[in-house]
Amino acid sequence: MSMTNVERLREFARPDRVFDFMAPADSPVDVRHGPILYLEDVSVSFDGFKAIDDLNLTIDDGELRCIIGPNGAGKTTMMDIITGKTRPDRGQAWFGSRHNLLQMDEPQIANLGIGRKFQKPTVFEALSVSANLELAMVGDRRVWKTLLARLDHEGRERIDEIMETIGLSAERDRLAGVLSHGQKQWLEIGMLLMQRPRLLLVDEPVAGMTEPEMHRTAELMTRLAGQQSVVVVEHDMGFVRSIARTVTVLDQGSVLAEGSMDEVANDPRVIEVYLGGDEASDVREET
Amino acid sequence: MSLATMFKRNSLLDERSTWITSIVLIVGMLAVVVLHALPPEHAWHLNGSVVTLLGKYLTYMLLALAVDLIWGYLGILSLGHGAFFALGGYAMGLYLTAQQAPLAPWQTVMAHFPVAALAMVLAPGLLALVFGWLAFRSRVTGVYFSIITQALTFALMLAFNRNEMDMGGSTGLTRFDELLGFSLASESMSVALFVASGVAVLLAFWGCKAVTRSRLGRVCMATRDAEARVRFIGYRVEHVKLAVFVLSAMIAGIAGALYVPQVGIINPSTFAPLFSIEVVVWVALGGRATLYGALLGALVVNYLKTLLTGVMPDAWLFLLGGLFVVVTMFLPQGVAGVLARLRRRREVAA
Ligand SMILES: Nc1ncnc2c1ncn2[C@@H]1O[C@H](COP(=O)(O)OP(=O)(O)OP(=O)(O)O)[C@@H](O)[C@H]1O
Ligand SMILES: [Mg+2]
Repeated sequence: MSMTNVERLREFARPDRVFDFMAPADSPVDVRHGPILYLEDVSVSFDGFKAIDDLNLTIDDGELRCIIGPNGAGKTTMMDIITGKTRPDRGQAWFGSRHNLLQMDEPQIANLGIGRKFQKPTVFEALSVSANLELAMVGDRRVWKTLLARLDHEGRERIDEIMETIGLSAERDRLAGVLSHGQKQWLEIGMLLMQRPRLLLVDEPVAGMTEPEMHRTAELMTRLAGQQSVVVVEHDMGFVRSIARTVTVLDQGSVLAEGSMDEVANDPRVIEVYLGGDEASDVREET
Repeated sequence: MSLATMFKRNSLLDERSTWITSIVLIVGMLAVVVLHALPPEHAWHLNGSVVTLLGKYLTYMLLALAVDLIWGYLGILSLGHGAFFALGGYAMGLYLTAQQAPLAPWQTVMAHFPVAALAMVLAPGLLALVFGWLAFRSRVTGVYFSIITQALTFALMLAFNRNEMDMGGSTGLTRFDELLGFSLASESMSVALFVASGVAVLLAFWGCKAVTRSRLGRVCMATRDAEARVRFIGYRVEHVKLAVFVLSAMIAGIAGALYVPQVGIINPSTFAPLFSIEVVVWVALGGRATLYGALLGALVVNYLKTLLTGVMPDAWLFLLGGLFVVVTMFLPQGVAGVLARLRRRREVAA
């Protein structure tokens, strides 16, 4: 309110706010006025049971956010809402400041740039590792274009590069169905990367991974953040601690605490929630 | 042998199966034509009725191919493909009757072959488009989809039984004389229809092979195995399903159109729910998601049916049901699966 008229005018005339084409290239997402993901007062209930209850969550562009919470806290349901699988009963969900996620369906949201890894690794078991990656590669998804699509040189290089990143180069022609659990997790992460999303939602990426695999995942997640925004749901506290900057604790469908790992781990309410649960010792063990 | 080399062999096998199937089809067709051309007193001579019977098998094989395309690769079990087959058949039937005496004034337009030919693919295609759009958009899947396809074909059977439809009621359309100006009764017409059916099977086989080997084909298999995942990587699953479903219905329509002049009749019994189920049994027996399995299954089951209905007609349904149970329990991949396993075993031994 204390802005002078001149300031107000200058603010109004800022070229990047007036002209849409000055927004960051190659993404329709508008993050100039704030967060990349914005959930407000979201609620959803299944047969009267409130799985998400007045949830508020804001993810900044380029942020790496960890979300923890006991079983049934609503972490996966939250991802279902963001990706269009579940419609909330109430609330708002915005991707950048321009896209109302509640008016879009799964493919639209995916093509806008939100990628998702499922809690239970889901890869296309009857297809080879490289075919899995090829299907996930950004491109024209229309039926006719897909029928005529040929893998070009650039695409092949991209697949090789991602296969290198996820350590599956030696498995390129194997069927995804015969991979180990950890390898399937990696393949699914690789498919996410092929999509080049702006926002990655990663549900329990290290479940079933060995210690070294876990370290590599942690490294990858940290590397991704900055260029992309990453939201990681994970139960493994060691893993969360190794990558976390900001941690959000969900409980009974709403945010219980938010802050650095140390802050939330010492929060009495968080300790209370985890008391008795398996994770209780995990949280304190790390503090 | 590592799994990686096994996969490579599998895709080679796939290549090879395409070659083998094409060659078998072509050689088989040529053989029939040559044997028919032998003088009638020759021991190996095939008479016109046998050629027509084989031509009918070919149209069934074409129908089985259509079912395998959506069931094998996309996991959509249609128990109503007989409806698309019958619609193609009725379009041909209308063309044939319109040559002499159309049953209603509007049917005179069907006397023009190009119009009739369009109707043979567009009628089933449009029905599949509308029906599929409604079903896939509301995400009807699995057994629910199968049940409504049964309802669809049943409803059409009732409709085509009504005389008000001007489709010949329960008698259907029959007493055909000429196709494209040539008499249907002639032997050379039998051969021509047989060859046309064979060529249609061959073209459809190559077409389906091309679709299933394309990226779209891989999206289909991915949808069959993990539909939600496909949506989350950005493919509009309902459009993929709709496109392949319509293509499959059109192939079924062509099969029906080729079937009618060879059997000389089309009536509402082709819409019977049981017929559509039989088609699925052919594909299950031959083996899903291989295409050549569907061709093989349709041929073998229908040959058995011809043999058996001559000897004891009442036993056929029991045998068919029994075959289906045995196959689902012991040979989930059908005959094609057994062949693939034998080949693999031989290669391991070698
Ligand atoms: N489609 C559904 N229908 C009914 N209840 C559901 C549905 N989806 C989720 N729930 C319920 O909502 C609650 C939250 O589930 P959600 O899967 O989101 O938890 P979570 O935090 O991901 O737990 P976990 O750590 O075990 O994965 C659970 O009690 C679950 O049973
Ligand atoms: Mg979960």
